[in-house]
Amino acid sequence: MPSRSFLLKVLSSAIVFGAWEIAGRIPVSYAFPTFLESMQALVALTLDGTLFAAYAETLRPLVLGVLISSFLGIALGLWIGLSARFDWLFSPIFIVMQAAPLAALIPLLVMAYGIGLTSKVFVVCIMAMPVIVLNTAGAVRNTPSSLKEMARAFLGSRRDVILKVILPAASPIIFSGLRLGISAGFIGAILSELKITPTGVGDIITYSRSIADYPSMYAAIFSIILLAVLFLNLLEKIELHLFRGNNRGYVTD
Amino acid sequence: MSQISLASRQAAKPAAEIAVRTRDVSKNYGSVEALKKLSLDFPRGQLTSLLGPSGCGKTTLLKIIAGLIPPTSGEVEVNGKTVTGPGPDRAFVFQDFALLPWATVLRNVAFGLELRGVAQSEREDIAAKYIRDVGLAGFETSYPHQLSGGMRQRVGLARALSVDAEVLLMDEPFSAVDEQTRRKFQEDLLTLVANENKTFIFVTHSIEEAVYVSDQIAILLPRPSRVSEVIRPTGIREKGTENIRRDPEYLDTVDRIWASLRSYVE
Ligand SMILES: Nc1ncnc2c1ncn2[C@@H]1O[C@H](COP(=O)(O)OP(=O)(O)OP(=O)(O)O)[C@@H](O)[C@H]1O
Ligand SMILES: [Mg+2]
Repeated sequence: MPSRSFLLKVLSSAIVFGAWEIAGRIPVSYAFPTFLESMQALVALTLDGTLFAAYAETLRPLVLGVLISSFLGIALGLWIGLSARFDWLFSPIFIVMQAAPLAALIPLLVMAYGIGLTSKVFVVCIMAMPVIVLNTAGAVRNTPSSLKEMARAFLGSRRDVILKVILPAASPIIFSGLRLGISAGFIGAILSELKITPTGVGDIITYSRSIADYPSMYAAIFSIILLAVLFLNLLEKIELHLFRGNNRGYVTD
Repeated sequence: MSQISLASRQAAKPAAEIAVRTRDVSKNYGSVEALKKLSLDFPRGQLTSLLGPSGCGKTTLLKIIAGLIPPTSGEVEVNGKTVTGPGPDRAFVFQDFALLPWATVLRNVAFGLELRGVAQSEREDIAAKYIRDVGLAGFETSYPHQLSGGMRQRVGLARALSVDAEVLLMDEPFSAVDEQTRRKFQEDLLTLVANENKTFIFVTHSIEEAVYVSDQIAILLPRPSRVSEVIRPTGIREKGTENIRRDPEYLDTVDRIWASLRSYVE
């Protein structure tokens, strides 16, 4: 039997898609297709291979950017969280990065790195990294000191304390940073394709908009959201698998 | 500081060598003076209780002995060597249990051995034995959030016992267990003290418990803490568990301690 939370997910999607269908039929705007039209367009894009070709393009900066942001972001966050000096040095950079209007930065990036893959990867990283770094640093800094003390009392090395206490203790917040960061990375990937050069999914969006094929445009947007949701679900599974006792919070008192 | 031994009893244990010694240990947290020139000897193979009002620095003293925090001045010696950090000769039972919430009971108990690099199968065998000893058999695969407070406390106890250290630093190890389990643990503790040549440093708030299990009781003054009195309730234990709580000497000792603590509470 499907679980209750699964049923709830199905129900809430049904409500959203239903509302979409109704809004498309009214119609809210001539440029707003119904849900069913968009799905038809999605099937058509999938069948003629356009979508696969587009994702082959889009996934490259996305995957690269997300991987770099995750690994570098967690490493930097760890470093910042462990050392007051690096906190002082680096935290402001990421806070500014998080607040900076990305659209304003893109011309600078293009000037520096051209219109190729590098710039797009940068856009993904600028979107994804700050929240990953800041969450990781905050979580590391807030590791319960009694757990760190315990590990030291039982002769844990610095490495042990980091790998066996600090990282697992920080993992729920690190993972929530990853979730936020990766969603932002998806936005960044599409944004870079809209603002730098139209390739991949960004190209479908730009092109179908220019020929007023709105169902295809929404189909492309829908597909990227779907991908993001699937990916975030996968991440959640990984987290639950890695740190099972953690989902019930702390019980040291 | 007066060294008082209730002399009417049988001769005290032969002067034991000193396993742990604190010399003029002071500890300031910023402007808070937690300990002030505290000197105390802990004889090997005996159980010493630290008794004193809340906030008087008992946990601080244990952590200094454990090498977790440095004293502001003074020094601690374990087996004649000055403590500079944690060592394999000492194990700690934490007042707040300090269990890893993401690890099972088995992994938590084996964690001390894991950090010492003991192979997984070996450390899990050892841990399983101590889990049985503290009465948690069957809960090996549970997580801390699935246990009651008293059960969590026993996980912390099993973890400290499983590393087989010479000196056991126990910070209110029985505070969260029920009265029956507590009595059983007191018995077990006495067996442990009698059978193994370990040195126990035991923090408790219960005067009765201190008198019952201790070879020596150090009464600490409120902040800044020093030792106000050392009481050696020798011989009380030999009277047997059943009678002890009615034993006049036992009651006497409890009263004495109560009298000296009360003057600080008021
Ligand atoms: N990390 C710290 N920073 C500042 N002050 C501290 C710190 N740890 C303890 N203190 C202070 O030192 C004093 C002694 O604390 P400690 O925890 O050793 O008391 P305790 O005797 O163990 O009390 P209890 O019986 O309630 O556990 C307290 O007044 C406390 O406020
Ligand atoms: Mg304490």
